[in-house]
Amino acid sequence: MDIIISNSSGKPIYEQIYSQIKNQIISGKLQEGEMLPSIRSLAKDLRISVITTKRAYEELEKDGYIYTVASKGCYVSKKNPEIIREEILKQIEVHMRKICELAPACNLSEDEIIEIFRIIQQED
Amino acid sequence: MNAIEVKNLTKKYSGFTLDNISFSLPTGSIMGFVGENGAGKSTTIKLIMNAIPRDSGEIKVLGLDNQSPEFTSLKNDIGIVLDEAYFPEVITAANVNTIMKHTYSKWSESTYFNYIKKFDLPINKAFKDFSRGMKMKLAIAVALSHDPKLLILDEATSGLDPMVRDEILDIFNDFTRDEGHSVLLSSHIVSDLEKICDYITFIHRGKIMLCEEKDRLLEEYAIIKLPKSAFDEIPQEAVKGKKITNYGVEALILKSKISPSFEIQHTTLEDIVLFLAKGDGR
Repeated sequence: MDIIISNSSGKPIYEQIYSQIKNQIISGKLQEGEMLPSIRSLAKDLRISVITTKRAYEELEKDGYIYTVASKGCYVSKKNPEIIREEILKQIEVHMRKICELAPACNLSEDEIIEIFRIIQQED
Repeated sequence: MNAIEVKNLTKKYSGFTLDNISFSLPTGSIMGFVGENGAGKSTTIKLIMNAIPRDSGEIKVLGLDNQSPEFTSLKNDIGIVLDEAYFPEVITAANVNTIMKHTYSKWSESTYFNYIKKFDLPINKAFKDFSRGMKMKLAIAVALSHDPKLLILDEATSGLDPMVRDEILDIFNDFTRDEGHSVLLSSHIVSDLEKICDYITFIHRGKIMLCEEKDRLLEEYAIIKLPKSAFDEIPQEAVKGKKITNYGVEALILKSKISPSFEIQHTTLEDIVLFLAKGDGR
């Protein structure tokens, strides 16, 4: 499992761990039922705080990506299509917002944007 | 459970008072104890070990009151390293093993010699010919070789070069892989503490300025740089410390108390400590 912690990004460390593990679960790099490293060993290997790592795992569990088996460890949950759909929708929204920001700068109309979208679809 | 619990501890010297301090170190974590020279770090550590009498307050170490008679035998579970390692001049690393075997009930020869090897320490060289780094490493090897549950280190990394310091921090990091192990690490090298600590306790002139989870601190605080006119528009309760120059104001602020539209900069533990210590103009 790859986790890269950046100290200069200004993004909280627990959020960095949360989003990197989440992305690997969504992309299928981490499979359902796979065991995650223990909170303590992950923290010590990354040389970060145990509390911060625990917080990331708690968030992942709250959002249904992982589950905990008492005194055994944390495992990747069964993929929930609802959650994944929700996640992808969120990402699409982010890109759409970007379009909304950029389009007025060159007076692009709604129809023209749809036209570009159709052209891109046909390319594929 | 807390490995160390200090409650309302007071100790008066002429010219210095350790003023009613309280903090606790949760088991399984590393706490950085930071403060300027003379802030009261070593006094606190001596009080934790019950090496000097206190004026008032309560201290529990590994769940036990440190003034109870059982505390003497509990010292087997505590590894302590002070800022200077004291061994007689002619003694060698091999001699230290012989002495400690008879001092600590749980002394492990194999652990000790593993550390000696890991630290590249000579076995038959006299202690007086050791460099400062070697002395410190020897003291740390001793502290780790009697199976302690709690490590207390007073300025153990100061005066050492960055490579050795990093090696030593790694050892503390590995030590706490066991969730029953805890570390209290005092230092004025804030960057070292930022690297490995779970909690930070900041003591300034005998008073505790803050005791917090390290990553939360870094999330809560930020640095802001503004022209004077714009600075005055910031709510004053957000400002925790400021530096005014002819060209503008640099301030330590609480992120939650200002509008997100301000451009803020990521802060370091060192910034937080420096700004809070100065604390002028609040």
